[in-house]
Amino acid sequence: MLYIPTWQRVMIWALVALGLILAAPNLFYDRVERHNDALRVIEAQGPSPEAEAERGLWPDWMPSRIVNLGLDLRGGAHLLAEVQVADVYANRIDALWPDVRDALRTERTSVGNIRRVPSPDPAELRVQISEPAGMARALEVVRDLARPVFSFTGAGNRDLDISADGDEIVVTLSAAERAATDDRTMQQSLEIIRRRVDEAGTREPTIQRQGTDRILIQVPGIGSAAELKALIGTTARLAFHHVEGTASDAADPPGPGNMIVPSADEPGLYYIVQQTPVVSGEQLVDAQPAFDQNNRPAVNFRFNAQGGRAFGEYTAGNIGRPFAIVLDNEVVSAPTIQSHISGGSGIITGRFTVEESTQLAVLLRSGALPAEMVFLEERTVGPELGQDSIDAGQVAAAVALTAVLGFMILSYGLFGIIACLALLFNIAMIFALLSLVGATLTLPGIAGIVLTIGMAVDATVLIFERIREELRTAKGPARAIELGFEKALSAILDANITTFITAVILFAMGSGPVRGFAVTLGLGIVTSVFTAIFVTRSMIVFWFERRRPRTVTL
Amino acid sequence: MYRLKLVPQDTTIDFFRHWRYTFGASLVAMVLSIVVFAIVGLNFGIDFRGGTSIRTEAEQPVDVGAYRDALGPMGLGDIAITEVFDPTFADDQNVAMIRIQAQDGDESVSPEVVAQVETALQGVDPTLRFTSVESVGPKVSGELVRGAIIAVTLALAAVLVYVWLRFEWQFSVGAVAALVHDIVLTIGIFSILQIRFDLAIIAALLTIVGYSLNDTVVVFDRVRENLIKYKKRPLKEVLNISVNETLSRTVMTSVTTLLALIALFVLGGDVIRGFVFAMIWGVIVGTYSSVFVASAVLLRLGVTRDWSKDKDDTPGTQFATSGKGA
Repeated sequence: MLYIPTWQRVMIWALVALGLILAAPNLFYDRVERHNDALRVIEAQGPSPEAEAERGLWPDWMPSRIVNLGLDLRGGAHLLAEVQVADVYANRIDALWPDVRDALRTERTSVGNIRRVPSPDPAELRVQISEPAGMARALEVVRDLARPVFSFTGAGNRDLDISADGDEIVVTLSAAERAATDDRTMQQSLEIIRRRVDEAGTREPTIQRQGTDRILIQVPGIGSAAELKALIGTTARLAFHHVEGTASDAADPPGPGNMIVPSADEPGLYYIVQQTPVVSGEQLVDAQPAFDQNNRPAVNFRFNAQGGRAFGEYTAGNIGRPFAIVLDNEVVSAPTIQSHISGGSGIITGRFTVEESTQLAVLLRSGALPAEMVFLEERTVGPELGQDSIDAGQVAAAVALTAVLGFMILSYGLFGIIACLALLFNIAMIFALLSLVGATLTLPGIAGIVLTIGMAVDATVLIFERIREELRTAKGPARAIELGFEKALSAILDANITTFITAVILFAMGSGPVRGFAVTLGLGIVTSVFTAIFVTRSMIVFWFERRRPRTVTL
Repeated sequence: MYRLKLVPQDTTIDFFRHWRYTFGASLVAMVLSIVVFAIVGLNFGIDFRGGTSIRTEAEQPVDVGAYRDALGPMGLGDIAITEVFDPTFADDQNVAMIRIQAQDGDESVSPEVVAQVETALQGVDPTLRFTSVESVGPKVSGELVRGAIIAVTLALAAVLVYVWLRFEWQFSVGAVAALVHDIVLTIGIFSILQIRFDLAIIAALLTIVGYSLNDTVVVFDRVRENLIKYKKRPLKEVLNISVNETLSRTVMTSVTTLLALIALFVLGGDVIRGFVFAMIWGVIVGTYSSVFVASAVLLRLGVTRDWSKDKDDTPGTQFATSGKGA
């Protein structure tokens, strides 16, 4: 008997209706997008007449989730960056030196004089002691500085590896600490990139960690990858260093504990500064673009309490001497300290344009990147090309749909019309699901949908062909339809599960466009099986109950 | 009422009469593909070999020679410039693709080079716009190649296991043989026609795997059913009956899918043309291979047919019942 329980019918049609409603916003893409943007503006800046007008373009009570358009459709920039996580080790090791020095000084009687010696590996601290007999004691003292590692995998380990090499103590970060540091570096980098991109105010950026040390950044609507790189690629590491002198050659030996830094404005001028900064950018709490007394663009900054105190003490003790403001290993300016600066705030001057000072303020405010980034992949797609692709995709999809619908009706008559309705529901449901999961539609994704249009018909064809076969053995139309659905089921499921497996593997292994394609293909399989087995069946049963035909021609 | 019928109602085509020849032809085609691939190789896009690819659009016609002269003195190594033609372009839309090889020793992509190239080209034609600029470093491209090979291999392995579980091992070997056949022939045609092979083509390859498999499984499903129905008939006959019974569906599905794909091929723009071409080719080859490779392998290997009564039920229904609820 052809029979579907009422609750099942209700369920089936409720799902179809839900699909149609959720897919609807995509038909009014531009309006809904402006509505959503306006809502965001209102939430961030409070209501304004323009925002309210934009908001009114789409009713609030309607679903407003829409499919995100990928970069290849909307235009924008894509970057794959590798964070140089090892950079951080050297900074950690540098910061360790004062502690090691102080600890060993208290043991001067047994270890003698101590001296930091340069090491070929910057992530290594080498300290020479003049009394090799005290080495055991020295190691013991330095080992006391090591702290347990707080991380999931590194629990139970200490953060430093300490060994002796002749009359030198060698301190490096332990493997567990390196892993923990890498993880922290990545978290910080992600957070800072996110803040910088958000400050730029673009819509729906994607910022994802990939693998151990990579970050994928996709920003729709931005002009070029170079622009995006300028925004996020600058480390913006700011520090204030004590100046020991100047030099005219980068190869000049800076002396122990010092480093040589080029001037940003004057080529050929180098500053010799102390390696350990007086105050660093982490102590900054605010930075704003401003103008100096000569009306040149500058950046105002303010330190937190700790930084302000350190800066105050330093300026009080060094009046009349220059100090260097170092940004990303370049001296932006080296003003002479005029007086004790106690308020914890100051101004950075240099040869900035207004844009540069504004950007520098943004970068300083969002914090410095803990490590440098190397870009492995860069893609820019212009908005015109994206629009061309959308237009072409829409035309192609419309033609494909018409051709397939016409072909189905020619081949199966009334049943063909039912199949066409099912196909339209199917497409609506794909869009509903894509919007619901916040998937991104890419060009291969459109191809995936077009392919689904072709393949969704397959499940229906399997059923209809089977019904035809069963009709020939003359069991009566009701029984034939019933058997058609029943016997086609195993083929439909097997065929679709295998295709679904490939979609899952594509999703798991693929990246970028491949992933977008896998998502539409996978969702398309789910909805096409649902429409073939349930929706088509339900429509046929409905027709059959009304008409009660003696014979069915298919 | 008129019905379009691509396939007559009851066909009794003997598909396996010359199976040795058709199977042999497939083998020859595969060997040829491998030879062409080995000698000529694929025209890898920057995704797989690294480098920079710039798409330009201009109002004036593209002058490949002038572009080349402008870029020549920069010493960037191998530069490929091709004009792109497409029916979807407007009259004043002249598009070219410029591919620059990965620069030695540069892991990251240098924006300076891209900027220089853009300036040099704008000297030739000031109306030139750069609608897309893509750069991939050699490190990533190597990984993408590895990832693609792993994805295809994993997909094949998963299929092997699934079909084995649902059918018998002979079916599984047949299905995978058909898939390998399809992939090898696709790589062959891409080598012959020198169509750009990039990341999206890998997606197309896997779709071909999916589609071909879909087709093979539908035939196999019928074979399994008929093996139970016609216990005494020789395997060759059962295979023939099954292929004939599913022929109408095979043709219908292939035609609808091809209709959709051809629309996309003609109207979808040049950016995805290679991708769609791979799929069209895959649908044709995949349909062929489910009969002439997958079933032929099955015929050669034979099937264990002493399925007892309770075994009859299990292969066809275990997933069907659980699948209904999903």
